[in-house]
Amino acid sequence: MTANVPTTSPILSGENIQVQRGGKRILDVFSLKIIPGEVLSIIGPNGAGKTTLLQALSQLIRLVKGDIYFQGKKVGADISPLDYRRCLAMVFQEALLFDTTVYANVASGLKIRGVKSSEIDAVVNTRLEQFGIGHLRDRSAKTLSGGEAQRTSLARAFAIQPQLLFLDEPFAALDPPTRETLLEDLNRVLRTTGTTAIMATHDQVEALRISDRIAVMNEGRIVQIGPPEEIMNHPVDEFIASFVGVETIIEGRVIKCERGTATIAINSNPTNSGSKSKMKSRRQGRGDADVLFIRQGADDEANEDSALIWNRNNLPETVREGLEVSLLEAAGQVRPGEQVFCCIRPEHVTIYPSGQLDRSSARNAFPAIIDRIIPAGPFHKVHLRGGFPLVAYVTVQSIEELDLRPGSTVIASFKATAVHIIRRG
Amino acid sequence: MDIIFEGIKQALSLLISLDPEVMGITWLSLKVSGTATLISLFIGIGIGTAVALTSFPGRQIVVSLINTGMALPPVVVGLFVTIFLWRNGPFGALEILYTPMAIIIAQAIIATPIVMGITLAAMQQLPRKLRLQILALGATRFQMVWLLIKEAKLSLMAAVMAGFGGVISEVGASIMVGGNIKGYTRVLTTATVMETSKGNFDVAIALGVILLIFAFAINLVLTRVQQRERPR
Repeated sequence: MTANVPTTSPILSGENIQVQRGGKRILDVFSLKIIPGEVLSIIGPNGAGKTTLLQALSQLIRLVKGDIYFQGKKVGADISPLDYRRCLAMVFQEALLFDTTVYANVASGLKIRGVKSSEIDAVVNTRLEQFGIGHLRDRSAKTLSGGEAQRTSLARAFAIQPQLLFLDEPFAALDPPTRETLLEDLNRVLRTTGTTAIMATHDQVEALRISDRIAVMNEGRIVQIGPPEEIMNHPVDEFIASFVGVETIIEGRVIKCERGTATIAINSNPTNSGSKSKMKSRRQGRGDADVLFIRQGADDEANEDSALIWNRNNLPETVREGLEVSLLEAAGQVRPGEQVFCCIRPEHVTIYPSGQLDRSSARNAFPAIIDRIIPAGPFHKVHLRGGFPLVAYVTVQSIEELDLRPGSTVIASFKATAVHIIRRG
Repeated sequence: MDIIFEGIKQALSLLISLDPEVMGITWLSLKVSGTATLISLFIGIGIGTAVALTSFPGRQIVVSLINTGMALPPVVVGLFVTIFLWRNGPFGALEILYTPMAIIIAQAIIATPIVMGITLAAMQQLPRKLRLQILALGATRFQMVWLLIKEAKLSLMAAVMAGFGGVISEVGASIMVGGNIKGYTRVLTTATVMETSKGNFDVAIALGVILLIFAFAINLVLTRVQQRERPR
């Protein structure tokens, strides 16, 4: 497990949690700490124990062993399981609505807690509006579409103002466009309310979009936990590498977007800069203030180009000297200011000897230093270090011809269309 | 055919004139079967829910027994209730054989497995995760069971109809433990049997029609309630 233990006192922690079913141990998590306000995604293949972990943490199933601490209080000793359950909410893959109106469904958690009807009304109406289902208020829950039903389920969960929200594959049963808008709405409400959330998903794009940290599970254990870029770019073992795919994932911010080509400023050295400060910036309304850039390009021409961008967008106040920035161009429709992940598959990255300009149509060219060369069958996997980490597949022949070795300076290039953009939130 | 027309005519005149004897028999039938159904609802929904929501060794056998119980022959129930309530039987001291109470007991025994079986099926049809969802909404165990029963209310309405329909039309047990005593334990079904055996087909038909009207009216009301609950 990677060391990424939060320093703030956790809102929830699980110590040595074990769950058995049919005599077989299906969950064995040594330690898990959740920081207040964070969104943690749990990814992993089917049967990895994601659902079991959520149900164990929320005390919906019996533990064979282990303790759950909520705000430092031991559940079952310092705080009763019922009182603990009343601090949390859970949304499942199925909406699991009651056979009544949308309004009564959203109100149900509050009613269970004995909240007065007069107080319930305001809260329920707020949540209905937040999830865009105010017009469905008096509809029977049984007549809703899948997306509307899941919105109702989310509104019901948020109505009790949970301190902890558990989401068990909440969008898995929805069609892609519905999933897309719902994910955006969920992220918005999570951020405005500052709710701590733990979401199980098998969709890594979903996890990348809303998480501060990602935990990868396999065979009942958490095999790696850390910020998204770390999980994606530095999987600790082969299983995670094969599960998360082989893409390089770089975090950045959109500077401009013209005629389908976006210019994205890459947050430099994402894995070394410390995830905490970045998380903080997301929390503070994603202000631009702590995103720092300086210009760096493949050659002078590119430098001039970058400079133009700064001037046009009047960004210099955010640019501080002495810190690195890389700009890359990517095909896609995004809005300036948006936080994104750029995914680049190694087979799309081409390497040239340093000094030789890339005369192809590739929009992106960066000087980089070779970190490692790992043989991988017919080609070699070349790990590059520049303004951001990059992996390229290079044939054995090219390695020899270009005399590539760790420490060599090269130019790495890839087309704008090779960049797959994932919007965060 | 004349017998039938005469019978229906007679039935209408008995109904319109509010014949005191017929009214008395009808009222007793409703009272006895209604009470028996109410008792069966408490026991049937209670145990049916408990069996549906728990797992224990031998659960399969219990479920099979409940399902068999749904087809319990009324005469067998009548026989055993008679034996138990017989003067020197285990509950003979209560001296309730040949009283309306005895009929209520017998009918409750007939209706309970019906209600229990339908409850069991209804509760098992609810999504398993609904229980977890309700607990995650902050419910106590008691609140969870109550909310689940509310979720199954449409099916449970069917249990009420099946239970009541089963006992109001039942004759074997009522005649055995009630004795068809005029003005005391005579109910619609036992009266119909007696009048038919006496050859008074007109009165028998009249009683039969009343029985049908009541069975229909009560089911109509319950069905309307059930349909109103349904989403439009």
